[in-house]
Amino acid sequence: MDAIFLQLLNGLDKGSAYALIALGLTLIFGTLGVVNFAHGALFMIGGFCAVTVQMLLKLSTQVKDESIPGMEMMVDVPYLQVWWGDLGAQIISFAVPLSILLAIPLMLGLGVLMERGLIRHFYHRSHADQILVTFGLAIVLQELIKSFFGATPIPVPAPEMFNGSANIGEWLGLGAGISYPWWRLVYFCFSMVVIALVFAFLQFTTFGMVVRAGMRDRETVGLLGIHIERRFTIVFGIAVVVAGIAGAMYTPIVSPNYRIGMDFLVLSFVVVVVGGMGSLPGAVASGFLLGILQSFASMNEIKQLVPGIDQVIVYLVAVVILLTRPRGLLGRKGVMED
Amino acid sequence: MMNTLAKQDRWMLLGFALAVLAGPVLLKPFGAGYPDLLQKFCIFGIFAIGYNILFGLTGYLSFGHAAFLGLGSYTAVWSFKLLTMNVVPAIILSVAIAAVFGLLIGYLSLRRSGIYFSILTLAFAQMAYNLAYSVLTPLTNGETGLQLAKNDARTWDRFFGVPVVDGIPSTNFFGYSMVGYSGFYFCAVLLILSFYISIRITRSPFGLMLKAVKSNQNRLKYTGINTRSYALTAFVISGCYAGLAGALLAVTDPLAGPDRMHWSASGEVVLMTILGGVGTLLGPVLGAGVIKYLENIFSSFNEQILHGVFGFLPSAIEHPVIKVASLFVGEGWELTLGVLFLVLIIFVPGGLMQGINSLQRRLFPAPAHAGADATPGAH
Repeated sequence: MDAIFLQLLNGLDKGSAYALIALGLTLIFGTLGVVNFAHGALFMIGGFCAVTVQMLLKLSTQVKDESIPGMEMMVDVPYLQVWWGDLGAQIISFAVPLSILLAIPLMLGLGVLMERGLIRHFYHRSHADQILVTFGLAIVLQELIKSFFGATPIPVPAPEMFNGSANIGEWLGLGAGISYPWWRLVYFCFSMVVIALVFAFLQFTTFGMVVRAGMRDRETVGLLGIHIERRFTIVFGIAVVVAGIAGAMYTPIVSPNYRIGMDFLVLSFVVVVVGGMGSLPGAVASGFLLGILQSFASMNEIKQLVPGIDQVIVYLVAVVILLTRPRGLLGRKGVMED
Repeated sequence: MMNTLAKQDRWMLLGFALAVLAGPVLLKPFGAGYPDLLQKFCIFGIFAIGYNILFGLTGYLSFGHAAFLGLGSYTAVWSFKLLTMNVVPAIILSVAIAAVFGLLIGYLSLRRSGIYFSILTLAFAQMAYNLAYSVLTPLTNGETGLQLAKNDARTWDRFFGVPVVDGIPSTNFFGYSMVGYSGFYFCAVLLILSFYISIRITRSPFGLMLKAVKSNQNRLKYTGINTRSYALTAFVISGCYAGLAGALLAVTDPLAGPDRMHWSASGEVVLMTILGGVGTLLGPVLGAGVIKYLENIFSSFNEQILHGVFGFLPSAIEHPVIKVASLFVGEGWELTLGVLFLVLIIFVPGGLMQGINSLQRRLFPAPAHAGADATPGAH
């Protein structure tokens, strides 16, 4: 029982990342009808926002080391620490959450620029062309990041207060054996908040209502005198922001390198398709479903029973679902079948 | 075999064959006249031609074709290990096994269309890749890749009394070693043969049916035609091409690793086909050539070579120019690929072939009868 609960928890953080990327992909697909292969690259850029913020906060100056008396030793101390002492050190350790402040405006700008400058010209082209242009863009973004930050993963630690593990088992009365790294818990809660915000935005605001109407029938909404394209541009921006902050917050779990986006993208596409193209709840549900299944499959007991299952489970589930439920879990009829 | 083709196709095939066979001479000025790279041009040309039979004709976008490439390589290496170093059984076995798996995967995947088909093929290929990495290690030798060893069985070679050499024998075609230029010419002949078959398929009634599947599948179904069997045949054929390409990779360098099945390898063949021109006959080969050229030549550039190229500039200009240019070469060759790709997709959606054709039309405003020759592959 404990072991099962532990695996459930382990699946959550990966599932959260899948769900956030898949949510953005589905938002873009549902509104603009574009399959965005650059979404993984945007997740990666979010991760490098965190790296940049960490680098900025850590800008250092040379200060005389006073821990060794009598020696003229110079050490690098970040400016923030020189100015504000311990408070400065605290701020530095909060690089990852702070990077969201950079990621939101940056990603929003990038998203709007991308939609206005590139994607817009591809609405009347085939899906294959859309896939290819975004794929090309992803390669370019990826290589640019590589040339600035290098090819090796850059570790970005979580804030110090979130080091160590939360003793979830004791809270829920399931035995003390179950502990879960604090930051993963934070990531899970964060993703739930983001998902809730996106849904609330679409469900309870006038803007969201118009967007939903536009997803249903764009022409009619246009006839009612609403400039739907402009709103879709903003939705695109929001989807990009979701991917970006998902990437920024994920950095303590997996150190970002320039390829991380592509690895996530392929799985996220499986997630989106399993959830059903164009269905937002489907994307979120299948994101968590596949994340959790993946973590169950990597249990030793199951691996002994079916060797290699941990390697293929996600794809196996995708195949089974697609063959039994033609449009994924919650998909609509006639979407992307031609 | 040529008189079975229409006149324009005959000339195209002849030109193609001459260009391929003269490859070592023609490509020398571009620094690509060495057998290793020429072999790659041929092999990936075959891969892309086969992929185009599925994607170009039927419109089914498979994202898992690298699985067949890897499968072909593994089969060929096993054939070298267990049977003989002769390449003929290796190639026949690889193509046969690729066909069997193509039938299986195609049968399941073609039950869906659109992006669902793409994801199904991707899922099968990724399963193959992940399994080759982990559980199938006894068959695939995992991350290291399957290699030849000195004490391999090679039963047929022993049976027929092929003289034993010291160390690992090289692959051969009835005694001709497949190293260097002979390897290239072997691949080149197979490339020309593959090209010929693809012309025949494209021009045949069967090819017309495939194009009909692409343009309006519903209509075809209403006329009482089972479209799936046509698509499946195309899938199996393109799987065989991929298996052949995989076998040739092993022939020229007897080593097979799981990386050949990775989704990025599947993506690469999509890029090749589209870069060259989807549905055209020559396009895929051209696309494969361009991508492999960039990968091999651009990635070998470094600052020193750039210095040689831009050395004539005054140093105040030279440094920034080299700085910018070095982003695009060496480690960053993929940036060149990405940019080239973006530019092509945005401005010339039909790929290189469309670019060449429209250039040709602009340079030589053709009289009416030449119109057919100006677009050899577009039909």
